[in-house]
Amino acid sequence: MTSPTKVAEGLTTVPDGYDVREVEQFLYREARFADESDYDSWEALWTDDALYWVPAGHESADPMQQMSVIYDNRNRISTRLKQLRTGRRYAQAPQSNLRRLISNIELLGGRAASAGGTDLEVGANFLVLESRARGNHLWGGRVTYRLRRVDGGLQMSYKKVVLVDSDKPIPTMGFLI
Amino acid sequence: MTSRMTDVEPPNLGVQSNSRVAPLIKQDKVHGSLYTDPAIFADELQKIWYRSWVFVGHESEVAQPGDYVRKRLGLQDVIMTRDRDGGVHLLLNRCAHRGNQVCDDAKGNSATFRCPYHGWTYRNTGELIGFPFFKGYNGRKLDLAMGRVPRVDSYHGFVFGSFAEEGPSLTEHLGAAAGEIDRLVRLSPQGRVELTAGWLQHETGANWKLLAENETDGYHPQFVHGSIFGVTGSTIGPLYSDASTAVTRNLRNGHSENDLRPEFRKFAEPMRWFGTTEERVPNYVAAMRELHGDAADQILIEGAPHVMIFPNLFIAEIQVFNIQPVSVNQCIQYSTAVQLAGAPELNKRMVSQCVGSVGPAGMLLADDTEMYERNQLGIESLQPEWLDVRRGLHRERVDDNGFTIGSATDETGMRGFWSHYASLMEAP
Repeated sequence: MTSPTKVAEGLTTVPDGYDVREVEQFLYREARFADESDYDSWEALWTDDALYWVPAGHESADPMQQMSVIYDNRNRISTRLKQLRTGRRYAQAPQSNLRRLISNIELLGGRAASAGGTDLEVGANFLVLESRARGNHLWGGRVTYRLRRVDGGLQMSYKKVVLVDSDKPIPTMGFLI
Repeated sequence: MTSRMTDVEPPNLGVQSNSRVAPLIKQDKVHGSLYTDPAIFADELQKIWYRSWVFVGHESEVAQPGDYVRKRLGLQDVIMTRDRDGGVHLLLNRCAHRGNQVCDDAKGNSATFRCPYHGWTYRNTGELIGFPFFKGYNGRKLDLAMGRVPRVDSYHGFVFGSFAEEGPSLTEHLGAAAGEIDRLVRLSPQGRVELTAGWLQHETGANWKLLAENETDGYHPQFVHGSIFGVTGSTIGPLYSDASTAVTRNLRNGHSENDLRPEFRKFAEPMRWFGTTEERVPNYVAAMRELHGDAADQILIEGAPHVMIFPNLFIAEIQVFNIQPVSVNQCIQYSTAVQLAGAPELNKRMVSQCVGSVGPAGMLLADDTEMYERNQLGIESLQPEWLDVRRGLHRERVDDNGFTIGSATDETGMRGFWSHYASLMEAP
């Protein structure tokens, strides 16, 4: 799991103009869109330089050289959602019934964005209860978001989900975690 | 086991056979209980997983002396080690004293393993080299050691273990499937494949045989994977159509392949098999032409194999799967990207494509796995009892090398699987 020193690596102080309540509301909204498989609304939260990452094994592994469960740039997020929308993505057709909790939300600092400017980096813990025909599964871990002020609102440029059991076999993850 | 076994040999249904499985396997159908009966699963452990050659890992995972990595072989917790002389060993993770687990790390580098319970210490070859308070044993030596998989062998770095002290060699077991590994390795400008990208671990609620059968089932891709083929404009779908010139080949000993080369030869475009063009990977193509000269074109056109090696190694072009059983209705799929030595231009793409395709969230394999799990649930239904494997039986033919082949969507591979399975399960 994320160690305190790693959280701080490369981070500047929390940039101005972000309110913790607004950030929380954004994260809860993102969670609800994912829980309710509202793919269009969820996709609209992302910036063009998006990265959606679920590491496998060691979270510090280089995703260009090591396998990840998910490592989607904006283009691949779009492909993933298009596949889901066909209704024939059988790993998620029928869709899972989902509800998640987000807690321990911390504004961690500022992170230089490759597109220029500084994103707000936010950490949180989560639990997702997934119900499918094969049974119920509890997914849990640490999530790191990077948020950016765009046209007065917030968008997400980065979401990294580190499962507590990322070093073990896990079942099919067809939903948006 | 002989390597020249008749392709679709009906199992011996002789009256004196007391085999549990003989009456359950016919040429054109197999009985559902093969996937659901815990007693058959227990038999499989003894007659297949703890006897036959089973794929465990790759030598590149323990590249340096002292490297070790934990693996599974059937239900066994196995430590694959590299000793100081370069030898690769498969040790059972159990102390010879009280049976405690000796190693608790997933991987690392160490010349020795020390059991945390009473401090017994073993060399990474399994040899016991010390134990505290030796006076209690009336001396410094005990003729004890860690358990070892008695036969360990590798082919192009793919490491296999067999719990049988004697039996067919790995070469005999691989038979014609070795040529498919050759074909993969030949795609490296240095003639070497590495599996160093780490393994996804996908828990699967299905009997392992459903996976082994599916790997060269050319009938399902258009249906199970239609969603992703459609949104990406993939060229994979037509390879597995009714009109495809690809063939399904029974490679004997339970191995089978989807030979896609006839389709790729039609297009005669280097790198089409990888969904790219030679202009986009110029350094790789140049290195291959440098090495192979005029032969390079054919290699780059025909691409990588799609081969299922009995019972648990599946090489699907750029990705490698290791299937290990857990119980009659559970198994684990380990998957990783092929890495070709001397081809950095391809290797990152291979990781990226592989991450998109395989594992718990993969845009291909998550759907296969959904099918495996629904298949397992379906088979729990009592009727109609049998699963049908007759597809293409009427149009099977023999190729120039004497192998039985079917059309792209035929169940020739499954029939080869069951024929070999029966021969192993029939053995005393």
